[in-house]
Amino acid sequence: MTGPLLSLSGLTVDFSVGDGVVHAVRGVDLDVNHGEVVGLVGESGSGKSVTMLGLLGLLAPNARVGGSALFDGTEILGLTGKPLRALRGGRIGMIFQDPMTSLNPVLTIGRQLAEAIEAHQPTLTGKRVRARVQELLEMVSIPNAAERIAAYPHELSGGMRQRVVIAMALANEPELLIADEPTTALDVTIQAQILDVLADLRQRTNTAMVIITHDLGLVAGVADRVNVMYAGRVVERAEVDEIFHKHQHPYTAGLLRCLPRLDRRGIDLDPIGGAPPRLDRLPEGCAFAPRCRAAIDECLVRDPMLRMVGASVVACHRAPDAVASLTGAGA
Amino acid sequence: MTGSTSEGVLPGEVQTGSETPLLRVRDLVKSFPVRGGVGRRGKSFVQAVAGVSFDLSRGETLSLVGESGCGKSTTARCVVRILDPTSGSVEFDGIDLNGLSADDLRRSRRRFQMVFQDPQASLNPRMTIGQTLSEPLHIHGVDPAESRDRIRELMSLVQLRDGDLDRYPHQFSGGQRQRIGIVRALVLRPELIALDEPVSALDVSIQAEIIRLLERLRDQFGLAYLFIAHDLSVVRHLSDQVAVMYLGTIVESGSNSDVYDNSAHPYTQALLAAAPIPDPRIERTRPRIVLAGDPPSPINPPTGCRFRTRCWKAQPRCAEEEPVLADPGIGHLVACHYPEASNVITSRPDRPIGGAL
Ligand SMILES: Nc1ncnc2c1ncn2[C@@H]1O[C@H](COP(=O)(O)OP(=O)(O)O)[C@@H](O)[C@H]1O
Ligand code: SF4
Ligand SMILES: [Mg+2]
Repeated sequence: MTGPLLSLSGLTVDFSVGDGVVHAVRGVDLDVNHGEVVGLVGESGSGKSVTMLGLLGLLAPNARVGGSALFDGTEILGLTGKPLRALRGGRIGMIFQDPMTSLNPVLTIGRQLAEAIEAHQPTLTGKRVRARVQELLEMVSIPNAAERIAAYPHELSGGMRQRVVIAMALANEPELLIADEPTTALDVTIQAQILDVLADLRQRTNTAMVIITHDLGLVAGVADRVNVMYAGRVVERAEVDEIFHKHQHPYTAGLLRCLPRLDRRGIDLDPIGGAPPRLDRLPEGCAFAPRCRAAIDECLVRDPMLRMVGASVVACHRAPDAVASLTGAGA
Repeated sequence: MTGSTSEGVLPGEVQTGSETPLLRVRDLVKSFPVRGGVGRRGKSFVQAVAGVSFDLSRGETLSLVGESGCGKSTTARCVVRILDPTSGSVEFDGIDLNGLSADDLRRSRRRFQMVFQDPQASLNPRMTIGQTLSEPLHIHGVDPAESRDRIRELMSLVQLRDGDLDRYPHQFSGGQRQRIGIVRALVLRPELIALDEPVSALDVSIQAEIIRLLERLRDQFGLAYLFIAHDLSVVRHLSDQVAVMYLGTIVESGSNSDVYDNSAHPYTQALLAAAPIPDPRIERTRPRIVLAGDPPSPINPPTGCRFRTRCWKAQPRCAEEEPVLADPGIGHLVACHYPEASNVITSRPDRPIGGAL
């Protein structure tokens, strides 16, 4: 195995709106290695989805994508037509929050799975396709798969639909799965089922995965490495244990201090305060500075670059002292 | 002692003798007609709430938890009389709301209010915040000067400015709109507030702000909360008492620590085991319980124990006999024929718990 499977560098996404420009993604560097699970977390609007949609060419026409995205060493930004379609649903599988964005309401799930396979493997015989459909439904543990093949999406529960979407994403044995809030719309016991299906598949196939979520508890359970995004940038990246126990960025610390805990009662919740900046009117300096309790004068004028501090890669002028300086503040 | 049934002490029930609980709900049932359904009389019904009983004391927080469709919102709506119950009783401060005349019910209403998940949908987009907030005060005959003072005081308590009163709902963020929803629930100085998923739609930092605000207001005004949520960590943080619902019934209830540290119903255990903890070291060693299948439709609930179709412990008895909510000798109530109390959150599994798919 050589370099990373996916390597983003300086990825930018700008949306032109009316008389302004929304800088939704502002230079994201991010690697995904073969077989690894990478978490992408942050508040809503931080650019998690747009980053991934941008590299897949799935954004609205008012978007302009810049920078570079190497997939298995080949540049994929700017791909169009057939090569792009071959990648999406082929070597890269996608799972979105709402399964209905991926499913056609008027086709049976068997038909849709067959089409997903045929689109990428046109030479397979009908018999082989049917066998593969059956196999995929069993892989995602859909009970009575033989019967469900004839069902329409609306006849299935939300959890079952999401399993079908996962089966579709896996149809062509992708090397990378991109899952954007795949369980956010589901109840917690159904979420557990879906995560179980994904964990099981990853063990069998060694597929790499990017999981986008706002749920820090969820990434704690599934990710190997975590990227924390804020206002269109990755502000911290580390192994999952380090993100939770040795983080260096005040924003990462802030997110974790907001969380009520299942395993402890009576903890002090410590909200970050304020709100993320408008992406069409970014402040000078560090985008987090207006909300940051560790901010110093420099933070207001100079934008911090990502650098290695301890076990993290972090964009903060005050690292490694930033998080220690927060203790006791505001709480 | 009043209110005890043969099944034992009900969730949240006051056990100190004479004091009446603020809220007493008994055998609450709410059914809805099902469109296109065919029953014996040409129409069929779904029991969204199928016989729920609990007490809530002044100043306390009781949370109803469970997955979507389990009947928690419907229960809350019946309590604050947005919906009329099909049967059963809701007593507020000793008064049976069913027995009240329309006028008396209207007067009582100011004592129990509701906060919704989506404040956007519950605020009139064409009214300024000031108009929205003074409307209930006007209806209840509070004089205008007094109304203005109350609104000002509450606005500053939730950290909104007086100038915000002249603005419209769309000019606020989600968190601010939720603060406005809370002020609206508070203007009539209620004793009980039912909160239906009030923080579910918010980002974690705003969620933490609203949770802290709710705690502060509860202490300051001695409010009782009937809190509806699916997030078990939020519920653990906020609740004194917890009732776990499944398909329209309460399957387990007790104090916060009874339910979280010593759960005995397999469904409660599955919920707790599935709720994530933001600590990878804990996540790696926690017991996993993965339930089979989806919750069945409440239109046609399973016979016997409603949970049996997803339960890894189900025995023939579970299909025949509905378990009653009772104390199996652990100090809180469980509706299960085979309860086994354990701490599924922190215990390392020495043997596998639960059923695989
Ligand atoms: N078509 C569009 N036009 C203008 N802005 C957009 C468009 N699509 C997304 N955005 C903006 O991009 C930013 C990042 O959004 P998103 O990636 O969806 O965040 P996340 O997934 O982290 O919640 C948001 O501020 C959003 O409003
Ligand atoms: S660079 Fe400054 S403002 Fe930004 S996170 Fe670090 S300390 Fe805070
Ligand atoms: Mg998103």
